[in-house]
Amino acid sequence: MNPISTKNKFNYGEAIREGFVHLLDNHPDVFVLGQGLWSPWYVGNTMKDLDVIYGKDRIIDTPVSEAATTGAAIGASLTGLRPIVIHPRVDFMILATDQIVNQAAKWSSMLGGQAHPAVTIRAIINRGGEQGAQHSQALHSWFAHVPGLRVVTPSSVLDARDLFIASVLSDDPVLFLEDRWLYDQVDELPASPQLTPLHELGPRISRPGEDLTIVGSGYSAYLALKVADELARSGIESEVIDLRILNPFKKDLIVKSVAKTKRLLAIDGSWETCGLGGEIIASVCESLELGTLKAKPMRLGLPHAPAPTSKPLEEAYYPTVKSVLDAIKSMNISKH
Amino acid sequence: MHQNNLNVGLNSDLGSLARGDQHHETIDISDVSPEKLLRHLTLMERIRQAEEIIGDNVLNGKIKCPCHLAIGQEAVPVGVSAELTSNDSVYGTHRSHGHFLAQGGTTFELFAEVLGKVSGCSKGMGGSMHLHKASTGFVGSVPIVSATVSLAVGSALAYKIKKQTGVGVAYFGDGAMEEGSVHESLNFAANYKLPMLFVCENNLFSSHLHIKLRQPHDSVARFAQANNLHWEVVDGNDIIAIQRASKRLIELARSGEGPGFLEAVTYRWRGHVGPREDEDVGVMRKDDLNMWKKRDPIRRLAEALINAGYLKNNEWGESKKRITSELNADWALALDAPYPHLSQLLGSVYANGSDL
Repeated sequence: MNPISTKNKFNYGEAIREGFVHLLDNHPDVFVLGQGLWSPWYVGNTMKDLDVIYGKDRIIDTPVSEAATTGAAIGASLTGLRPIVIHPRVDFMILATDQIVNQAAKWSSMLGGQAHPAVTIRAIINRGGEQGAQHSQALHSWFAHVPGLRVVTPSSVLDARDLFIASVLSDDPVLFLEDRWLYDQVDELPASPQLTPLHELGPRISRPGEDLTIVGSGYSAYLALKVADELARSGIESEVIDLRILNPFKKDLIVKSVAKTKRLLAIDGSWETCGLGGEIIASVCESLELGTLKAKPMRLGLPHAPAPTSKPLEEAYYPTVKSVLDAIKSMNISKH
Repeated sequence: MHQNNLNVGLNSDLGSLARGDQHHETIDISDVSPEKLLRHLTLMERIRQAEEIIGDNVLNGKIKCPCHLAIGQEAVPVGVSAELTSNDSVYGTHRSHGHFLAQGGTTFELFAEVLGKVSGCSKGMGGSMHLHKASTGFVGSVPIVSATVSLAVGSALAYKIKKQTGVGVAYFGDGAMEEGSVHESLNFAANYKLPMLFVCENNLFSSHLHIKLRQPHDSVARFAQANNLHWEVVDGNDIIAIQRASKRLIELARSGEGPGFLEAVTYRWRGHVGPREDEDVGVMRKDDLNMWKKRDPIRRLAEALINAGYLKNNEWGESKKRITSELNADWALALDAPYPHLSQLLGSVYANGSDL
């Protein structure tokens, strides 16, 4: 049915498509709606030919109506289906914030646990390339703040497929946020997905180390691994924690790691102020004894400004391996 | 602006339907069985008395949550729900006690819910503005204006995908017609020819503000026309007109002919929130209210039944007393019902409770 399935190396975008194929083949209650689903211009290679294979009644390219489309997905889930609603850019999804924050997130609690919107809201962070302020945002911190939502930010090829499947099979509303900067990453993918329920999953150690704990999610978790590679050249072994799921926020693995390494760096692809980096640092600091840390905890995120378009400004705006390494110097980490 | 003389520059498409001094006559009940008519009358009276009890207990302080009463508007939900079953998906608003009861919810569950008791329809987690009873087809009501309209469209989409005969039904008011997501929803439902019924209860007010101060026309069905929906505008205080129009629109929706839009013109006797009549709020409210009370949907059906010989005056009096004593008993039970356990605070945030 799907010609790509015979290979074992996939890029991140293709892995998401593998997730779709698994879901659409095995779960007749799954359908997909959103803008641009019939066009690679919007969703890259993640949905190639799905409308041809599964039909345009099941892969529905919708009118330009973020609110109604997201609301319709929630309503369809309350009527027994498992919809995936897609926003090809996070920035446009803001138009559906009532449906996500007031409706999907609250119906379970507000109605006494009797209605569960099993809807997956898949949104793509699509930035860089001088696209500017309204085509660049990563708003995971907003949504991590809201009880009732699950927020999933896969950084690896394997998670792109398996966390996507787990998100759609969850009975809760899930915001699945992927980053286009990860799409070209290639890795091997086991033929069968690991079908662990989403609520049993959480952060994982993507690289073990002793000298420093680096925490990130999505693209930042990928960046953290690159930074750890560079640090290893000078003998510094970092422990990298990939958060994977931001809401509900599970801090135990981070606290345990920092108790060991005694140093903490949080990298985040959103604005620093009131953001995920602050939550990571606060939850660690309030859990450790005074004096545990050997260096001040540090967060690196975006400056408090909308994304610029001009090339030199854009280059200065996002954390890079080099800017992170420069910042780490102030932690005075001794070599092994 | 003509805020002091609202008749200047008014485009009234509704004509007499928008007037409290018109349509005081008994309603046309020809060709409807007396059993059905008596059931309608009893249900409307139950809804009115239930809301009167709620209003009284807001005043005496036993109920704390915001309660938006629909006294005077009982004909709309009873007429619409008469054409629905528990296999349909009905969504409401902040003012949905009547929608909930007409679809089969019980007065005890409603009373317990507004008191925050665990026996309530939403386990005491919702209060007046968040009602739910899936077993009747009442999926939910919420106070964000217009928010459930697109959800109801989603239920209609699910019925179409699953090839089931259910319809999605969204109740909303004339104020919601000023929200963007309603227009997105009308277009979406029309585009996919969904089995959907939009029910706009046009009571001429959004909170304190008359429709003449908010829209250039007083009939909202113009938006249904613009989206190529089947639409009807009816006297919202005539239960049989409402039921007949609902039947026509729902049959079209169920048979794949596309969504319907029902505009039911009515008037709420109490203020936007709480039990008071708010005569001092809104232009011409006091004079209009006195006239609209004479267009009472319950009296007009009761008198039609009495005139036709289906009901005697004293029987109707007895029937109202019986309803009062049943509802008082429900209210006493609800007062005695337990509150939710504290564990419920975190217990239903996620489907499996909480994984923290």
